[in-house]
Amino acid sequence: MEKGDITHHISQQFNEELEGVRNMVLAMGGMVEKAIGDAIEALVTGNGELGDSVATGDYKINSLEVEIDEECAQIIARRQPTASDLRLIMAVVKTITDLERMGDEAEKIGRIAAGLDDQSGVNSSYSAIRHLGEHARGMLHDALDAYARMDVDAALKVARQDAGIDREFESLMRQLITIMMEDPRSIRRVIDIMWAARAIERIGDHAKNICEYVVYMVLGKDVRHTTFEQMEEEIKSAT
Amino acid sequence: MNDKSSMTHGVDIGSLKRKGPELSLDKEDICLEVSDLNLYYGDKQALHDIKMRIPRKRVTAYIGPSGCGKSTLLRCFNRMNDLVDGVSIDGKILLDGDDINHRNVNVPDLRRRVGMVFQKPNPFPKTIYENVAYGLRLQGINNRSTLDDVVEWALKGAALWDEVKDRLNDNAFGLSGGQQQRLVIARAIAVQPEVLLLDEPASALDPISTLKIEELIYELKSTYTILIVTHNMQQAARVSDFTAFMYLGKLIEYDATDTLFTNPKNRQTEDYITGRYG
Repeated sequence: MEKGDITHHISQQFNEELEGVRNMVLAMGGMVEKAIGDAIEALVTGNGELGDSVATGDYKINSLEVEIDEECAQIIARRQPTASDLRLIMAVVKTITDLERMGDEAEKIGRIAAGLDDQSGVNSSYSAIRHLGEHARGMLHDALDAYARMDVDAALKVARQDAGIDREFESLMRQLITIMMEDPRSIRRVIDIMWAARAIERIGDHAKNICEYVVYMVLGKDVRHTTFEQMEEEIKSAT
Repeated sequence: MNDKSSMTHGVDIGSLKRKGPELSLDKEDICLEVSDLNLYYGDKQALHDIKMRIPRKRVTAYIGPSGCGKSTLLRCFNRMNDLVDGVSIDGKILLDGDDINHRNVNVPDLRRRVGMVFQKPNPFPKTIYENVAYGLRLQGINNRSTLDDVVEWALKGAALWDEVKDRLNDNAFGLSGGQQQRLVIARAIAVQPEVLLLDEPASALDPISTLKIEELIYELKSTYTILIVTHNMQQAARVSDFTAFMYLGKLIEYDATDTLFTNPKNRQTEDYITGRYG
């Protein structure tokens, strides 16, 4: 499939349906991206109100997932898509599941932020979590960009970043364990931060999944559950 | 008794049917081999350098827009084009290694080995029984009990026996379109061909009759090599093991059906099966 070519069907209506579903995914991605950004902001600035609004707003992401699923079911029933169209629909269905889970992770972080509201002071580890969060949010942004442009090279580049997030997460864990050892009174708060960090790390994994769907959608190669090197190899052999 | 450790929710995990290895022509027993086939209607070339190997006891589907040459190619396999004025053919078609266009080939015998079913059911104006027995009578077989056995066997093979066993002596025209088409298939298999050519066998039928024909194709492929021309891409995807896409008399892409319908290699194939204009 050529980059961005989901039009040019003889049926103009089919073009519109595919374009519509693709745009809905991008809109959902935008909502998730904002939720993640807000949740991290709430966490590091101790803004409980913002955290609460992220947590209570997750239902909008969930309903969009249901709506897109329904639209995909309609397209499959009415159009029986094949080849690149079929792969697009499959990728959409998979992508929105990951987006919805990212939304859940943002909700989790939002709830933690709302709970931390009355905790005193902003811990030094917050700057590390801000960095981790920005990294994960940036990964999602770039993954959605690769999805919108159907750009396999860009998807590969984003997928590569997941290892960096994992490293950052490990380093943050070590830092938090040290804080707990030094000051056992901080354990409760640090555990909350750990949960938030874990949620951010999972967001990175979901963003990587989206990159894998982009490869499947464009090249028809299923690169899930492979190492980054195998993924690179598969892409090289297909292009 | 099943090992309890392999059971989950009452399902034996070990018994789950896993998808077999992907089909590949290289691993298939080849029944028909076409090489450098060109066909001309007078000055107009209808088939260009067709090369393909057709596997035995598999279903091979031909898809492509009207006039792309798929029916013309199908008719080459039992020399039906011999009946068309002004046709000239070069290149080779080997059936089990023998050139079917060789001058020594007995054409009626070839057509017995390579049976054909057309778009519109064409039963003879005879009884159901005589329609099926027709090919055998042509071969000089008139023994009643042999004919009875073959008629029953062929009608069962065409999944029609239960519907007609009590009215074998009724005129075949009294059957529905779907039943007539299955009768024609019974007539074709009564003479025990190796290959069955189906030229849009379900395009004139309602959806239920179409499904019955598709089910029949699935049953028949354990015995026969089947080649089917269809305009219905979903049908090709459902019934065939291999699919060939033709365009303007050329074979554009030929691959395992699973691959061709999910990840075709050629842009023209992609455009055709996804309904895009090139």
